Amino acid sequence: MIVALNVGLVALILGLAVWAIVAREPFAAVVGFIAYGLLLTLVWVQLHGIDVALTEAAIGGGLTGALLIGAATRLRGTEAEARAERPGPATRWLAAAVSVAVTLALAACVLVLPVPAPTLAPEVAAHMAATEVGNPITSVLLAFRAMDTLLEAIVLLFALIGVWSLTPDRFWGGRPGLRQGYDANGILAYAARLLPPIGIVAGIYIFWVGADRPGGKFQGATILAAMWLLVMMAGLADAPPIRRTWLRALLVAGPLAFIAVGLVGAVRAGAFLAYPPGLAKPLILAIEFALMPTLTLILGLMLVGTPQRGDTP
Amino acid sequence: MRAMTEGLLVLAVLAPFVGLLVGLVLGGGRAQRLALLTLPVGLVIAAGIAATLVRSGETLVYLLGGWAPPLGIALRADGLSAVMLLAVAVVICAIGVYARADFWNEAGAPEARAPFAFWLLLLAVWGSLNLVFVSGDLFTLYVALELLTFSAVPLVCLDGRGETLRAALRYLLFALAGSLLYLLGAVLLYGGYGTLDISLLAGRIRPEPIAWAAAALMTVGLLAKTALFPLHIWLPPAHAGAPAAASAVLSALVVKGSWFLVVRLWFDVMPGVVTMPSAQMLAGLGAAAIVVGSVVALRQERLKLLVAYSTIAQIGYLFLMFPLAFDAAGRLVHGAVLTGGLLQAVSHATAKAGMFMAAGLVYAALGHDRIADLAGVARAMPVTVLAFAISGLALMGVVPSGAYLAKKIMLDAASGTGQWWWTMVLQGGAVFTAGYVVLVLVNVLRRPSGPVQLVKRVSRLSELAALGLALCSLSLAFAALGPVPGKVVSDPLAPGELGTTLLVFLGGALLALGLARRATAGIGAAFGVGVAFEQADAFLRRWPSASIALLTLAALFGWLMLAGAPA
Amino acid sequence: MNVPTLFGLCAAALVGIGLYGLIVDPHPLRKILAFNVVGSGVFVLFGAIARRGAAAGMGGDPVPQALLITGIVVAFSATALAVALLKRLSDEAGSVTLSSDAPARAKSDAGHD
Repeated sequence: MIVALNVGLVALILGLAVWAIVAREPFAAVVGFIAYGLLLTLVWVQLHGIDVALTEAAIGGGLTGALLIGAATRLRGTEAEARAERPGPATRWLAAAVSVAVTLALAACVLVLPVPAPTLAPEVAAHMAATEVGNPITSVLLAFRAMDTLLEAIVLLFALIGVWSLTPDRFWGGRPGLRQGYDANGILAYAARLLPPIGIVAGIYIFWVGADRPGGKFQGATILAAMWLLVMMAGLADAPPIRRTWLRALLVAGPLAFIAVGLVGAVRAGAFLAYPPGLAKPLILAIEFALMPTLTLILGLMLVGTPQRGDTP
Repeated sequence: MRAMTEGLLVLAVLAPFVGLLVGLVLGGGRAQRLALLTLPVGLVIAAGIAATLVRSGETLVYLLGGWAPPLGIALRADGLSAVMLLAVAVVICAIGVYARADFWNEAGAPEARAPFAFWLLLLAVWGSLNLVFVSGDLFTLYVALELLTFSAVPLVCLDGRGETLRAALRYLLFALAGSLLYLLGAVLLYGGYGTLDISLLAGRIRPEPIAWAAAALMTVGLLAKTALFPLHIWLPPAHAGAPAAASAVLSALVVKGSWFLVVRLWFDVMPGVVTMPSAQMLAGLGAAAIVVGSVVALRQERLKLLVAYSTIAQIGYLFLMFPLAFDAAGRLVHGAVLTGGLLQAVSHATAKAGMFMAAGLVYAALGHDRIADLAGVARAMPVTVLAFAISGLALMGVVPSGAYLAKKIMLDAASGTGQWWWTMVLQGGAVFTAGYVVLVLVNVLRRPSGPVQLVKRVSRLSELAALGLALCSLSLAFAALGPVPGKVVSDPLAPGELGTTLLVFLGGALLALGLARRATAGIGAAFGVGVAFEQADAFLRRWPSASIALLTLAALFGWLMLAGAPA
Repeated sequence: MNVPTLFGLCAAALVGIGLYGLIVDPHPLRKILAFNVVGSGVFVLFGAIARRGAAAGMGGDPVPQALLITGIVVAFSATALAVALLKRLSDEAGSVTLSSDAPARAKSDAGHD
């Protein structure tokens, strides 16, 4: 029964992946990709990675899907030209040959992976008590490999700076995205009034519970960002101009707080990002608390994209 | 005290990043001033790390969070890291001085996009490179590579034109393909050995299928980001289209990041897994890069494109050291050849930055960079042309440049291990480099038909920054002579050496004569050769060819590691 | 065949499918899509490796699972940057083809704008 479920899942996933690659219309391909992302969430559940499943559903399927749908709609006019450039059959056969070669090599590697599998789970279990959190993944992300999490927040910020740097000069400092019309009786406005309070509570809960159970700041921040995007799309609020100091201050507050906590650790506990005994949980919570608004803003702003109009409302 | 000096490793990464974060909030002219203030701070940190290393003689190690690998992440700085940290810091400071003229936000004036973005991205590139040099964990290195790509790509399209946006997108997509292959290899390594820490992996790794697959995938992914021939699809339009200061950062520094990782991977993670045949292929690609890059550079009409193709050729040099660095037991060792390769990298970084800066000044002054119309520039802008000429001489390996010393070291190793074909490549490569240097110099030294119209006066400070870097590269041999065995460099001013230099110039002039593009048809057969090279290059720079080449190379590398493995 | 191996092989196939799309389809948006498919294949492989490392009362090795979360976020930022670039290119140049004329035939610029 379980085997049939997994085999069925794999078949569906491969089918959707092929669809995403070969579908004629980019819009259809993106829709297939979103379904693919949702099925991947199930794969993570089968692989006992609930935190990853939450992240995949939120960011991999949800935000990425929204981003790609927006792009597919905007780029409708460019499809014909691309179709004319399709390579001939010889190139496609060659491409297929090298792709199959890579797949076969990887499959061979999967089959010769060592048994028993080398794992760091016992090490994590042994040292988790010092980090004072109950979720082993949180202990890895915010204690053992906290540097990677700091760098991850910085990667997001760099991508946002890159997106902003593309602004046409005349719109610099302006608002991202187009002004959305507000239809007071429309269903979008209704949803944008009904859902955000629920979404905000859900987001904050997921962030809070991540210390001891599956969840965490990325998943929580995605839900908050989604609520903000909903409000913007319904026209209830407008995207902030990127020159606003409060916006920029909130964007850097997360990483700067993270670095500050790290420096406290350097002074009090002997190494950057170390936690003095007894202060681990409060410091971890402080980092996550500071990162939440930063992540929410970055995720939302990346979705609305490059500024396309001036500063005035 | 010890902890403080090792803490410098963390500061090297944090200083540029904190500067960027605070600069983002400050905005406008204040961000730019903060960036300029951060430059000397970073330089001091890099110098501190180098000084500590020289004094203590052992690798600096810093355990982040106090957790030791395999659970935690360690930062490590050995001689290789320290030299690269210092070299990057020096070049970034020079670029900062140079870029003040191009990217200036007046105090009190509203924030302008291009200067603001440039200064933030400069700090971003710097921090990411430092992270690449000191990180000791393969996944942190993956994040560092992505940081580097995200900082470099917006620099390409800083002027917002359609062509540069296209070049930036092409660069981003190809670089992302490279990152994915790298990550795939790292994942396989974790699956096989249970750790991503470089020194722990070195102890656990064995020559077996998982290691071969990982080595092949990671190497090829990094080669795509370094634009080694034939994976150079994205480099020429990206580096030529970027503003001059950005081109200097991209050509001199960004490509060194992924090159450094190839060195780390081959020398420190997998010295017993990579085989001589695979190293020969790597250097073979390098040799092809030197030839094709130099010939196509000769055929360019625009100066910035010539310099960009010159980068492709010089990147080839960086990979010649691999087959020469094996010891008698068939393992890669940290020795004289690695020092030579490092010297080559630093010489190239300084010289190429100087060259792009000079080319940028010419473009700004004349309003164009057509090589054929550069007559009289030498008289109008002597300092700039001097900077260009000295950079060219440094790249050619004229005494006493760093490239000269590096070449000597590698020639010594090549004759020592009987690999005569690399001797030929090393000696011949200089002729190819001389070709395009002579081409440009001949054009700028020509007498103009009328007075030269200068559209804009260029900043003297910028010219001096370019000249300073060029002189650095030309005199690098003096700085490096300490750690290098004395017998390698026989008397550099002996008639034999000078004769070689003269021959190189002559050979270069002949190449330029035969292959360069001119208004009237050139010498028949040679001209056809030039066109053939251009067409081959254009073919390889199409997306399907380049991406198929990417995966084919991965397969080839994997097979060569399998085939050459000890029984 | 146990569950991790099944999903590991699935991951290998996903990487191959995505690589084919990356090579063959000329439209950059399709390349971005293909890049995401390859990325998810790499992640599923890592997830299978994590599952194989289940021990000490946990369902999977937590270190790869934590790294996966970072990886998914990094892949999203890459997609966001690429999409923003693509939209700008389309606005600025009208066409989104990645191919360019051979550099020797590129017209030299008339001057700074």
